[in-house]
Amino acid sequence: MTQPRRSFQVGTGLFILLGFAALTYLATQTTSIANYQQGDSYALKAKFSNIGQLKVRAPVKLAGVRIGSVQSITLDPQTLSAIVMIGIDKRFAEIPDDSAAAIFTSGLLGDQYVGIQPGGSPDMFKDGDEVILTQSSMQLEDLIGKFLVGGDTAKQGDQAKTDGSE
Amino acid sequence: MNPRVNDPTRSNQDARTPAAGNACVRIRGLRTVLNGKTIFDDVDLDIARGKITAIMGPSGTGKTTLLRHITGQLAADCGDIEVDGRHVAGLNRTQLFDLRERIGYLFQNSALLTDFSVFENVAFPLRQHLRLPEEIIRNIVLTRLQSVGLRGAAHLMPSELSGGMARRVALARAIVRDPDLMIYDEPFVGLDPIALNQILTLIRTLNDTLGVTSILVAHEFSAVRRIADHVVLIAGGKFVASGHPDVLARGESEWTRQFFGGEADGPVPFQYPARDYAAELGFAAGAR
Amino acid sequence: MNAPRRNMMLADALAQVGAVGLFMFSILAAVPKSLRHYRETVRQVWFVGAMSLVIIMTCGLFVGMVLSLQLYYVLTNFGGTAALGTVVALSMFRELGPVVTALLFAGRAGTSMTAEIGLMRATDQLSAMEMMAVDPMSYVVAPRFLAGILAMPLLVCIFNALGLLGAHLVGVSWLGLDNGTFWGNMTSTVEVWSDLLNGVWKSAAFGAVIALIATFQGYTTPPTSEGVAYATTRTVVSSAIVVLALDFVMTAFLM
Ligand SMILES: Nc1ncnc2c1ncn2[C@@H]1O[C@H](COP(=O)(O)OP(=O)(O)O)[C@@H](O)[C@H]1O
Ligand SMILES: [Mg+2]
Repeated sequence: MTQPRRSFQVGTGLFILLGFAALTYLATQTTSIANYQQGDSYALKAKFSNIGQLKVRAPVKLAGVRIGSVQSITLDPQTLSAIVMIGIDKRFAEIPDDSAAAIFTSGLLGDQYVGIQPGGSPDMFKDGDEVILTQSSMQLEDLIGKFLVGGDTAKQGDQAKTDGSE
Repeated sequence: MNPRVNDPTRSNQDARTPAAGNACVRIRGLRTVLNGKTIFDDVDLDIARGKITAIMGPSGTGKTTLLRHITGQLAADCGDIEVDGRHVAGLNRTQLFDLRERIGYLFQNSALLTDFSVFENVAFPLRQHLRLPEEIIRNIVLTRLQSVGLRGAAHLMPSELSGGMARRVALARAIVRDPDLMIYDEPFVGLDPIALNQILTLIRTLNDTLGVTSILVAHEFSAVRRIADHVVLIAGGKFVASGHPDVLARGESEWTRQFFGGEADGPVPFQYPARDYAAELGFAAGAR
Repeated sequence: MNAPRRNMMLADALAQVGAVGLFMFSILAAVPKSLRHYRETVRQVWFVGAMSLVIIMTCGLFVGMVLSLQLYYVLTNFGGTAALGTVVALSMFRELGPVVTALLFAGRAGTSMTAEIGLMRATDQLSAMEMMAVDPMSYVVAPRFLAGILAMPLLVCIFNALGLLGAHLVGVSWLGLDNGTFWGNMTSTVEVWSDLLNGVWKSAAFGAVIALIATFQGYTTPPTSEGVAYATTRTVVSSAIVVLALDFVMTAFLM
């Protein structure tokens, strides 16, 4: 075909490529598909009795710096606690193996993340290690409950009843 | 002579006489009403095969409409039109397209495809219907453009052409597939004398060498006279005169005298049908 | 307005809808033949798709930016700014992307389809094609219809991508949200099928409807310059109404 027809075809091809590139980008980077892929990282295991609203791909932070993300969340059928697999970036390989993991909330209603509190052991975490010291998510309902009863945990049951009648 | 053609003013030759048995286009009892206006009122016409038939008449009488009937673009209210032995009204779309592939049609306003260059416009019918190698398409198109004197304009876009040039490109496009029937709707408009001469020669050559049947709508009697074998004059929904151009030029009927003499008064009204002039301007006593 | 007049208008509207419906069937009937002129479809994808890129990309970027800014102010009230990326992505993918792109597409590509075809009608180009035994339905109309269906989803994806870029610029680079939270929350909530592709299918339907209206208006316009002008206006108005109505129907009943 003559010249102008060819250039239309090339341009159209580029446009279609661009469109599909955008679609691929959106599908793989902004949706749940993104969670199936991981970078160069090593895995740690942590058991929590309650993970609250923690979601897969939630950040893992140490001293406020993001060092990795939550890879998967499953339930341990024996202990009936949550097993959270954490991927830590290879760059942060020097974490003492007695460090603790806790689930925090960013802001009052914000999303939850895993915070690592470093310990003092001379040995470092290796791929597949378990974080022994964990602290579960602080449930908002519990917090509100404590706040309403003025921190008096001993009489919590009675107070709850009298609250209703007041 | 057929008694159905009963127009008292018709000239010495019947519209249907030339080679009536060998007509390429045969029209019988055609009646057309558009927007309440009668364009054709029970007319008959034969177009002789291999000849150039010119259709002349005041503007707005329905010359283009007649061509549209012949090519099946517009259905008639009444009557029968046969092209090459096939009844146009009875054809389905595929058959109609088959017929049209053998007709070259030059539109009154050129109707070039504005998206395509001159070259691609002329190549369009070839590309659409034939699987030809690019080189052959190129040769055919350039030959046609050469014959209308516009080979050098092949790369231009239609918007860059003058009216006369566009008309010649449209002509090249109409003849590119060597049609059996050529229909020219006012091909001479906007042509300079040199181009006019070339186009007249081209039309005549197509007829003489390829035996193409031609229907030619034009206003320039001097030009028509040089190439047409037969002239039909339409006015007021009828074919009012027909015959060889030289015969008509002698002006034996008042229709031809007025039309070819260009007089405003006569059987062909110059004015479009209207209310009384004085009344409309408010001068007449009974106007208001 | 009196009753008979209103009935007339209702009848006219119904007749119009019927005419568009018939037109759609004749397009669909012409589609197989139009595949022979696939180059024409390719050219139309270029005209309606690639030529709309600039407006789509600019608008996508700004929609994402302003959405991010507005949502940031709203979400700070609840301490929920971590959800910014999620909310932007969901609202763009599910609603704003397809609808805003469709409205822009109607204004940019729909009008040019109508004007082109209307002008082809007014200058006898459609009749010329018919006389050259080329069916304008399969050579002119169907390729534009196909191009509309093809180009709209691609444009929506590009619009959405630029929108997220804009939202990221404002939310993360400017307002200082955490990059990981922005993407992490998004990826844990947004689903490919039910959110992203849902909007892509919708946009294909919008592309079809806009191309249908635009080609219909062009094809049936009175062959005069003001006829073409009115038809172009009608394309934008009817497209906007039909797209929004169809959006509601599809969202309510299909998604
Ligand atoms: N589509 C149409 N609808 C209504 N009237 C038409 C249409 N086309 C042409 N006419 C009318 O038919 C008459 C003949 O038109 P036409 O055949 O174009 O004349 P001409 O002899 O100048 O070529 C004109 O009076 C015109 O107003
Ligand atoms: Mg005419």
